[in-house]
Formats: sequence, structure tokens, C-alpha cells
Amino acid sequence: MTSTLQPGTPDELRAAVEWAVNDGVTLAIEGRGSKRAYGPPMKADHTLSLAGISGVVDYQPEELVITVKAGTPIREVEALLAQRKQMLAFEPPDLGAMLGGAAGEGTLAGALMCNLAGPRRISHGAARDHFLGFQGVNGRGELFKSGGRVVKNVTGYDLSKLLAGSRGSLAALHEITVKVVPAAEKLRTLMLVGLDDATAVKAMCAAMGSPHEVSGAAHLPTEIAANSGIDLVTQQGGAITALRIEGVAPSADARITALREQFAGVAPQMEELHSMRSRLFWTELRDAKPLANDADRLLWKLSCPPSHGAAIVAAIRARLPDARAQYDWSGGLIWLSTREANADIVRDALVATGGHATLIRAPESVRAAVPVFQPQPAALAALSRRVKESFDPRSIFAGG
Amino acid sequence: MPPLDPGILARRSQIVAALRAIVPGEGVIDDVEGMKPYECDALSAYRQMPLVVVLPQTVDQVSRILRYCQDEGVKVVPRGAGTSLSGGSMPVGDAILLGMAKFNRVLEIDYDNRCARVQPGVTNLGITHAVQHEGFYYAPDPSSQIACSIGGNVAENSGGVHSLKYGLTTNNLLGLEIVLMNGEVVRLGGKHLDSEGYDLMGLMTGSEGLLGVVTEVTVRLLRKPSTARAVLMGFSTESGAADCVAAIIAAGIIPGGMEMMDKDAVQCAENYVGAGYPLDAEGLLIVELDGPAVEVDYLIERVAALGRERGATTLRVSEDEAQRTLFWAGRKAAFPAVGQISPDYMCLDGSVPRAKLVEVLARMREMSKKHRLRVVNVFHAGDGNLHPLILFDANDPDELRRCEEFGADILRLCVEVGGVLTGEHGVGIEKRDLMGVQFTQIDLDQQMRVKCAFDPDHLLNPGKVFPQLRRCAELGRLVVHKGQIPFPDLPRF
Repeated sequence: MTSTLQPGTPDELRAAVEWAVNDGVTLAIEGRGSKRAYGPPMKADHTLSLAGISGVVDYQPEELVITVKAGTPIREVEALLAQRKQMLAFEPPDLGAMLGGAAGEGTLAGALMCNLAGPRRISHGAARDHFLGFQGVNGRGELFKSGGRVVKNVTGYDLSKLLAGSRGSLAALHEITVKVVPAAEKLRTLMLVGLDDATAVKAMCAAMGSPHEVSGAAHLPTEIAANSGIDLVTQQGGAITALRIEGVAPSADARITALREQFAGVAPQMEELHSMRSRLFWTELRDAKPLANDADRLLWKLSCPPSHGAAIVAAIRARLPDARAQYDWSGGLIWLSTREANADIVRDALVATGGHATLIRAPESVRAAVPVFQPQPAALAALSRRVKESFDPRSIFAGG
Repeated sequence: MPPLDPGILARRSQIVAALRAIVPGEGVIDDVEGMKPYECDALSAYRQMPLVVVLPQTVDQVSRILRYCQDEGVKVVPRGAGTSLSGGSMPVGDAILLGMAKFNRVLEIDYDNRCARVQPGVTNLGITHAVQHEGFYYAPDPSSQIACSIGGNVAENSGGVHSLKYGLTTNNLLGLEIVLMNGEVVRLGGKHLDSEGYDLMGLMTGSEGLLGVVTEVTVRLLRKPSTARAVLMGFSTESGAADCVAAIIAAGIIPGGMEMMDKDAVQCAENYVGAGYPLDAEGLLIVELDGPAVEVDYLIERVAALGRERGATTLRVSEDEAQRTLFWAGRKAAFPAVGQISPDYMCLDGSVPRAKLVEVLARMREMSKKHRLRVVNVFHAGDGNLHPLILFDANDPDELRRCEEFGADILRLCVEVGGVLTGEHGVGIEKRDLMGVQFTQIDLDQQMRVKCAFDPDHLLNPGKVFPQLRRCAELGRLVVHKGQIPFPDLPRF
């Protein structure tokens, strides 16, 4: 019978893994279970929950790092950082609602283990870029650590990078340290109204290549923009290409003005969102809400060279006219909704440019039948397997 | 270093012939005079001639060389430009030296996607030179950037003065092509932003040439900031300067660069270049802000105000490019300046939490008395990355010994206060034997098992990073105790 083990200390965690190693049972590691429906269905004898190992270990704002236990909810971390006017630069999305659960339930460690980053990925890096160090238990039942609590560190292999995105398949962590940054004083959004996808992607790439330090570049085609919960967005009645500016007030003002000048000839209509609406809008974009709200449809997440975003969507649409898209990361992240998985059609469109597609929301039966993650070339797949074995020789951690 | 393998030394001529069959012409160097330039890297206190030098020109040649070496059990030391400060590319007597210098082409520049695809032998600054006419640059700026290769930067995860704001090499890469020891060519990442599967590119970065040979790099390009201005601030105490650093960060300002020098470093640098540094300052700060002009002009005043509040005895804000360059001139000349007052110096590279800077400096000074050697400090204060320079004379064996002991003591101190052995120079051979100070044997065994996944016979860059390399078969062993009663107290539901 499947049961959930919930250790409360690193030693109990180690004991749980050691028991699994000795008895040859498999474990599905989870934080608070908010992303259970992400990835192929986990086949494991038991669930190993880290929810019982929770709390902030150390936070000194002037060091720009925070150390928390693995089960700490992300909302607690973000609330604490906000008190000191700091934030997580990688803007982790909250996939809870998208995946059919509640919002606000995920852990920071869970976001790292799935390497999830929001719109600021394009300017400030992915989750993995902010992951400085950890302590955990490997698949041999041994407590080990890597990295540290300082931002500059090249001592030994950077195993934090490897753990980021490993979805619990290499080790069960109990403590993580991440980099934090000061929160911006001002937040403004310039909306270019009515651009088609190709023009929008071109404009976003131009904005990202400008000296105006744009920290988010997203595009909602007309039918998707209509689903926004922000009045000023839906009122435009057309496609929205959003460019985000963050910083001190005089700088934000000057850069918005410069962007307006840069795109005057591209977009006949431009509007601005100020702090409050901007915040809500980028949170909505971060969680792909405008596209994901139709819960009956499947969701793909495509990572591609930004400038090719619109062409990739056009290629998919040519074979799948019903597909809908929302763009982030200047075109480099495409959220795509489809009626059926159509994995070949989606992945064929990426062959020429490179990149990969993840089936992020689908019924369990579909996720069991379709490769959720992009299949890898043989040599890379074999290397990845050997890396997995180097942490977990008996494959007791599911999800590898 | 591990003892040389007499079997390999005896087969040298066969190995040279086999390499010649793969790399024709001048690409294989086996004469003493030709190999001499490769006998050390920038950690020049240690020297060793390689078995033979091979300079391939194609990925296929790299693949065939590694495959051959794997089959024949021959060790390989990869080398970029040879500027490692930790002995990362120092030759090994029974290993071939695989020089990547001929991979020196910029393959593609893609401004729309803000990236460049380059061969590993291209210099760090060479990338910027290729794109600066369009207003772009490659951000990481190790001090050797004019000479060091991007392939070497990947191996070492190189940093630089601006890494607080712009990150290390690892934060500025999009893709890699690597060749494994078995000759397989693997592409990781590309022009897209997130890796699929395990982030092997992140693992490769900073792996010090122990996992694979980099044959192509896709780097992220940034738009050059339109403005940069600097503030020069002198303080009558080191803690005054350190408090100012903390205050700037607490105010939510992330400078492009934030450097600190102690009194001895200030005096050395000032005597050497005459940058106008205040000779009475116990701690000197250079804080540089970059970005849009409006922002820089606004923030520079806030930084200056914080300096005043913290009692800066000297405070100058750069008004033009010439003045900004002058502020930096002393800092950039600090190493050669120290070289002028001492026959030799050893440059260390520990990182500590910022809050511990003052304590670490004070304790370093006590150690200086104990070891009877001078120490001068310049460092990246923004990210707590110290570069203590220990002054000594390498011709005096006792001074060399004391210098090595002093250096080890400093690095132990860094770990003791919550920091790490190396912030940007790498472990190499230099800090290899100190790894046990920071890591447990289990930590190190896990890292070595990762190495086994790439290089099961430990042929790539042997003798580096790990104090004692254990055989993969031994590391892989797992003893299972079946049927133990599992922790009855653990909550289950």
C-alpha cells in the first residue's frame, strides 16, 4: 500500500531514504504536492513528503541570500523578503491553479527542483541561476551538501545546477540557499496594442536589445488578451505586447519615454500600466492565466530561440489551426494550448531552430502515453542516466 | 601529483605516432623546446613538462584523440589559454596536453537573440570585440580577459569585477558542445533559454576540465550600458568602508562593481600609478554604477550620500570618463604594483559573507605576524570575494613554505566564517588538498561519482580538484542491509 512518509528532521529524512535503499522500495519526493500533476505520472511505492521540514534557517538582507528548509512554502519566503524590500529575481510561477489545484501552495525548493522561472527569466536568469547551495540525502541514504551561502563560489562541481530541474530524481533536499535581489521601487508596463504575432516578436527582440533594461517582454494575441483580468488590458480590444520596466522612479520614467519613441512607428496605439495593474498583469502572465483558463484544453510549454517564436507557432497552426498561444521571454517561451497532445506536430516545429517542448497540463492517461519531456539524443540520454545513477544507483527516487 | 605511469612513458613514441595520424602536420609537438611554453599556467610556481602536446583543429579530431586515449588508458589535460591561477591547466608528466588554441573562430553572431556562438579558443575580450560595434558586449570580465579563452572561462566558471550585477560565466551561457572522454559529442542547450533534462551545461561550467572538453560555446550578449560612473571613497577604518558596502546593498542598490582595498594596497597602487588615492585611508572603496544615464546620475548621489553618512574622509564622484578610468587605474594596477615591492606574491581567492569582511581582515593581519609575511588586500567587496596577496620570495624555500601555510590558514578562516575556498579562481592543484576543510568525504565522494558518469577511468585532467581520487568501481559499491525496521516514529498517512 502506498503511504506518505513525512520526516521532520534531516536525520529522519536520511533514515527514510536509507530504509528505501535497504528494502528496495521507490519514493516519489514532493514538497507540498502542488505540482503532482506536472510531468509523467510518478510510479513509486511511497511518497516522501518534505512538508514537515519547513521554516527559514537564515536571512540577512544585506548578504542578499536566504536559507530555508525544503518544505517552506514559497509564499512565506516571498512575504518575508517583501518586508525587507527584496524579492526572488527569477519570479517563480505558481502552477497550482493551472494544474488543477489551489494557488499559493508550492514550496521554494519545489520551484527550484522544476527550474521554474517567470517573465524575468529573460533579463535576470532562471531559477538555477539563483540557487547557491543545498543540503540533502542522495539515493544511497547519505547526507551531503554542495555549494554554499556566498554568491561567488567555484569550489567543487556546481551540483546545485544539476539539482535544479531534476524534479526530485537525484536527491531529497532538506535545506536550500538562494540569492535574492532588491525589489524595484517602480514598476511600469508599456503596452503596444494590435500587433500581429510576428511583428510583436520582432518588437520584443528589439526592446530586449535596447539599452532600456526591459525586464519582461510578453505578447497576448487578441483572443488571449480578451481573457485577462485587467480592465485596461481587455479594454484595448486587441493584441497586447507588454514591455516591463523596473527601477528607481526617474529611471523608469525616462526608459518608458524612450521605449515609446522607439516603437512609435511600430505600434499606432500604446498604453501604460502603472504599479498596481502592472503587478497583477505580470503575475497573470507568469502563471499563463489568460491562456490556461480553459481547463479542458492541454497545455504545452515551448522553449525556443526568442526571435523564432512566432514562426514556430505559425508552423504548428498550419497543421493544428485550433492551437492557441501566449508568448513570454521575448518569444522564447511559448505557452500553447491544444485539444489533443499532438506531440509530433508540436515538436516537429522546433526541429529547425532547436529548443524543446514540455506537455505541462494533460490528463494522467495522456501524460502516461505521450513523452511529457522532450526525448533526448542517445548519447545525451545515456549520459543523463549515468548522472542519475551517480546519485541514485538503485533508482529509488522516481521521476528520473 | 599521482606518480607517473612508467607503462605510458615507455609507449610515448607510439602515442605520438597515433596522435600524428589524427592531427597531421604541426599539430603534434613532442620536442622539449616546442613543449616548453606549455610547462605551466598562471600558477607559475609549479612546472611540469607534458608527455606530448596536441593542438587539434576540428571537433572530429578532438573526438578521435579522446577516444584513442580512452581506449589506450592515456591521461589528458585540456588547456585553453593557460591563464589559470589555480593550476587547472598545468601539465601532467604522463598525460597529453590537449591545447584548444586553434579553435579561435567566432561562428555566429545573432543580435535578435542576443547571443554569439564561438569556438572555445576565442578570448573573452575577443567576443566583446566582435560585437561592440553594435553596442553589445559579453559581461563576465576576469582580469585576464585579454588573454583567457572562453573555453577556459567555462571550465573555471570565471567571474570578474562586475559579477555582483551580471553574474559569473555560468549565468551568461546558453549552450555548449562538449566531447566526452569516450569520444561522444554532446550538445547542451542552444539559443533557447532553459535546458531540458538535467542541466549538464551548468554542471560542466566550473568543472575544471575534469568532465569533458568544450568545443563550442553559445554565450549571452548584453547591451552595453549607456553610462558608467564611479565614486571613490576613503574611510579612516576598514569597518567604516565595510559598513558603507552593507549600507549600499541594504538601500537596494546593486552596483556594477564594488571594490575595496586596504591601506597597504592603496599605498602600493598609489606609488605605482598615482591615481590620486588618499594615502591616509585605512579602507578605500570604488563603487561603480552603470545603466541608463538618468538612473546612474540619480543613484550615484545616493551612494555618495551613504558614504558621507558613514563618515567617508575622502569622497569623489567621477564627472567624466577620464576620471572614472583614473579611479580604476590604481585598482587594476594593484597586482603589478605589489609585484614591484616584492619578488613574488601569492594571490588567494576565498569568498566570505560580507558581514565577516572586517573580522577576516583583522584575523588575517594576526596571521601575517605569525607567519612573518606581509599581506595586502584587494577584493570584490560586493560579493565578499577576497584576493589577499601574500608577499614572499620564492627563492627562499622557508618563505615559500610559510607562504603556503599562511595561504592555507586564510582559506581555512574563510570556510570557518561561512565562506568557501575559492570564489572564482578554481581549486586546481592549488587548493586541492584543502577540499576536506569545506567538504566531508561523503560530499567529495558524491562529486567524484559524478565524475565517474563522464570519465569512468579518471583520465581527464588527473590530479586536479580532488585530494584523493577513488576508483569508480569502489565509489559505486553500495552495501544493502535488507529488512531493518524503518524508523517507527515517523509520521505516515
